[in-house]
Amino acid sequence: MREDRERMEMLKELQELSFVALEFNLYLDTHPCDRRALAEYNCFTQAYQAAKMRYERMYGPITNFGYAPSQYPWQWIETPWPWQIGSEEDC
Amino acid sequence: MWVYEKKLQYPVRVTRPNPGLAKNIITQYGGPDGELAASLRYLTQRYTMPTGQAIAVLNDIGTEELAHMEIVAALVYGLLQGASIEMIKKAGMDGYYADHDKALYFVNAVGAPWTATYIQSKGDPIADLHENLAAEEKARATYEYLIQLSDDPEVTDVLRFLRQREIVHFQRFGETLDLVQEHLNHRHYFYAP
Ligand SMILES: [Fe+2]
Repeated sequence: MREDRERMEMLKELQELSFVALEFNLYLDTHPCDRRALAEYNCFTQAYQAAKMRYERMYGPITNFGYAPSQYPWQWIETPWPWQIGSEEDC
Repeated sequence: MWVYEKKLQYPVRVTRPNPGLAKNIITQYGGPDGELAASLRYLTQRYTMPTGQAIAVLNDIGTEELAHMEIVAALVYGLLQGASIEMIKKAGMDGYYADHDKALYFVNAVGAPWTATYIQSKGDPIADLHENLAAEEKARATYEYLIQLSDDPEVTDVLRFLRQREIVHFQRFGETLDLVQEHLNHRHYFYAP
């Protein structure tokens, strides 16, 4: 259960970091010469990649198709899938 | 090529079954101003956008809309999971249940299936970008109606996030419209198309 809470916290951090990166990405699509926004994008991209690797080492890959390695046996098929997380009975 | 990330863009927690709310929220899955329509509209319009900038905006917002489709699906799925037949009947979701059980299907709030006629792809970037600006406002309005209809604070929180994204998309499409107009005027003056 404690591991579960830790996992949810790490997942939330991933969601936050990738959201900031996405938001800067869309902004840069219409402001490509904004150096400050670009620096922020690069900074959050690095932070997201690092957090993603930390999470994946503990809970398995969140990307497939060559974007993250897997331990044995093939971890991609492990549950929970994203929509199974919030709807399960909390114990 | 797309790469899937095994996570939702925004956390969804649904702890109380509520088929009545699911029945309304499903319109953002398969309704006229829903996330499937949004995503497919932008992704198919991007081929005939005149600049790399405009293509990028359609590509990236179209991709984010796919993530929103998944969030809406997670809401509907969660709201239906523990619902009893009695609850489903009382909510008027028995017709949907007859055809789909608790599976996800692309319909609007009154059960009409998704259709490509919800979207347009005109080949004229000015026309297409205006359609997209209107689409974002219509999606924002729909989320506001759903927020009014929602009696579950956990669900309302997610609807607010989705509503906010439509406002950001509207902003980016507006900037893109200006940039494309500038591009077309510039091209007109300096060389023949
Ligand atoms: Fe949108």
